[in-house]
Amino acid sequence: MSFLIFLPLGLIGLLGLALAAGAADSVMYGHGLLIAAFAAIGVFWIIGRNGDTGGPAKAVPGGVNYNDAIVRAGVVATTFWGVVGFTVGLVIALQLAFPVLNFDLPWTNFGRLRPLHTSAVVFAFGGNALLMTSFHVVQRTCQARIAGGWAPWFVFWGYQLFIVMAATGYVLGVTQSKEYAEPEWYVDLWLTVVWVVYLLVFLGTLWRRKEPHIYVANWFYLAFIVTIAMLHIVNNLTVPVSLTSTKSYVLFSGVQDALTQWWYGHNAVGFFLTAGFLGIMYYYVPKQAERPVYSYRLSIVHFWSLIFLYIWAGPHHLHYTALPDWAQTLGMTFSVMLWMPSWGGMINGLMTLSGAWDKLRTDPILRLLAISVAFYGMSTFEGPLMSIKAVNGLSHYTDWTIGHVHSGALGWVGMVSFGAIYYLAPRMYGSERLYSLRLVSVHFWLATVGIVLYAASMWVSGIMQGLMWRAYDALGFLEYSFAETVDAMHPFYVIRALGGLLYVTGALVMAWNVYRTTQGRIRDERPYEPAPAASQPAPAE
Amino acid sequence: MSDQGKSHGRHVDEFSGVETTGHEWDGIRELDNPLPRWWQWIFWACVIWSIGYWVVYPAWPLVSTHTKGMFGYSSRGDVAKAIETANAGMAGQLERIRKAPLEQIRTEASLREFALAGGRSAFAVNCTQCHGSGAQGFKGFPNLNDDEWIWGGTVDAIAYTITHGVRNTEDEQARASDMPAFGRDQILTKAQISDVAEYVMALSGSGPGGQPAVRGQAIFAENCAACHGPAGEGSAEFGAPALNNTIWLYGGDKATLVETITNSRRGVMPAWGRHLDAATVKQLAIYVHSLGGGK
Repeated sequence: MSFLIFLPLGLIGLLGLALAAGAADSVMYGHGLLIAAFAAIGVFWIIGRNGDTGGPAKAVPGGVNYNDAIVRAGVVATTFWGVVGFTVGLVIALQLAFPVLNFDLPWTNFGRLRPLHTSAVVFAFGGNALLMTSFHVVQRTCQARIAGGWAPWFVFWGYQLFIVMAATGYVLGVTQSKEYAEPEWYVDLWLTVVWVVYLLVFLGTLWRRKEPHIYVANWFYLAFIVTIAMLHIVNNLTVPVSLTSTKSYVLFSGVQDALTQWWYGHNAVGFFLTAGFLGIMYYYVPKQAERPVYSYRLSIVHFWSLIFLYIWAGPHHLHYTALPDWAQTLGMTFSVMLWMPSWGGMINGLMTLSGAWDKLRTDPILRLLAISVAFYGMSTFEGPLMSIKAVNGLSHYTDWTIGHVHSGALGWVGMVSFGAIYYLAPRMYGSERLYSLRLVSVHFWLATVGIVLYAASMWVSGIMQGLMWRAYDALGFLEYSFAETVDAMHPFYVIRALGGLLYVTGALVMAWNVYRTTQGRIRDERPYEPAPAASQPAPAE
Repeated sequence: MSDQGKSHGRHVDEFSGVETTGHEWDGIRELDNPLPRWWQWIFWACVIWSIGYWVVYPAWPLVSTHTKGMFGYSSRGDVAKAIETANAGMAGQLERIRKAPLEQIRTEASLREFALAGGRSAFAVNCTQCHGSGAQGFKGFPNLNDDEWIWGGTVDAIAYTITHGVRNTEDEQARASDMPAFGRDQILTKAQISDVAEYVMALSGSGPGGQPAVRGQAIFAENCAACHGPAGEGSAEFGAPALNNTIWLYGGDKATLVETITNSRRGVMPAWGRHLDAATVKQLAIYVHSLGGGK
């Protein structure tokens, strides 16, 4: 019965071969072969596993037979893509500071590496963090094994194939030139298939739940999966030049295309990087703090208000453009109304720590989770602020935007994912505890200082850039040339790259820690002791 | 978990004394706390502010139009107005610049101040790409800060060069000089070119002189002096740069000089008179003239 999977795999393999055989360009040829190889390896992999779709590291008698193998795969993939994505980010940060690092080669220039960086961190690192945690959380909070037999594995490996096709395409110059939606039509279709299976697996697991109610984390995951499907399909409506060519043309044009793109682009932030990661927060923060969630009522109200308001906010990316004024107004006002619904998540995250604040001293994993929520609060205040037209007139097209995105991405998305990885690694691999908690603390400080350098330098650089662009002299002439503004930003680009270097280093420390944990090793180190209640806190830490 | 107590059949969290909702998922419970007051107040304030904004500004799409707001605001109208105001503020001075001869602009304080500001701004947008943001020039693009001028350094000569450009195909009156490619066209042998280069280096005081330079002097007199002058002093009339100083457009080392003499150089500059209005060209001329020594 479980070998029914061979039928779709065979079809995928044939499709890959057909694409390769008729390929109109070399990238399609390579990707066709890649798809065929995916199917072929899949067949052998499934035969090799002999019906074993995955279980826990240590089976508990009488317990639910969770599929933890897929969560383990997620831990490895998330860590791996995190290191890759951050490293490419560091490379392009250095390219901006020192353009000679473009090497005058098409494959290494900023224009191709920038989407490689954004996709690697958002979709490869962030996406795998969401797959990893959603597969874990939905099983635990439903007290049910994940549905679909091999289907979750198809989602996991199919998603990796999507990442590899997207990334290799960018480097070879295949893109549809839509920000955060660069993959071409056939890669988009592949992701659509993977995503629908993901939705079915998730719904199937909810369907088999043993709990009477659906836990709040799962609402957020479900909202993320459903909305991303809708955004992905509408924004990627294109007409391929031919069925064997990588090239396609976008269905919409002009301002309609721009609005569709930013409806997608902003909600990729809203539903991928916010709703999905709030799902992570709602499970791992209370688990790690061992405290109940602060307010059930707040979770309901902020969930629905967030979902309803977020979807309108996209036009704030198009202030003072050809977009009609009325659409700009709606984009701005809905962004401002979104402030408190976003903060509902922050309140529920931080207030859940009440009764557990002392643990921040002794539990660096909880510290990572807590600071991620703090960064979430900061970014979701900064976002509505920047959507106000008067502010946007200064901030738009400047580095301020880049700083804003990264305080959210490095601070919120990155830190909450690190917390989840550290939570999962020992539990999923059946280890007593993490290899080293001290190294988690090292990671925490490297990442935090890295973010501070990054965000602060981009604030200064962005606001300076905006002010220089709009500076007029007393007689009404522009004060600065564009080249002068670029020149003035150089020192901040260097500081930003330094911040990125610290962040990458932290991720490497994490990768080492996770690797040793999967080996079942425990580092011989001084444990964290709670401070004695009555005396002074111990000086060392 | 600190959820021992029970009241009305529901769990009470021991630490906070707040009831939970009674559900539990994998050990996670939820407190039944109300919405924070301040959270509600700010949320409703944002909603009310938004509604107010919708009343004042264009906001909601209707069947064939949209709500226009109280004052008929339009961001495009706003920009048009701002541009109009800015233009109106400059119109008087620009008109005077357009009418006044360059010499008057150069000497009359108020006109000169305006022209220098406008020229600097226009230079930053149009000229820095080749001449550098400090007008310091690059290889093949003259430095405009010194008082060496290939085509003349008077304000009129500079205005002519800016208006018509150099060796371009868009303006028949463009500045044009035509140094032969002495090597490529086999006018001189490699040895002769080497000797001339030695002589040119000696002229500018950067070469050792000696026998090759002496041989080069004779070749120079025959082939180069007609344009560059008997002593290499150059001629703005022919667009022939002076060779008796250490200011070089392409470089004064031996290899570069040999390359220049062998293949000639034919630098191009656009005819800005075709891209910018007359007042802007005048302002640029005043500004560029002010950078140099003031010929």
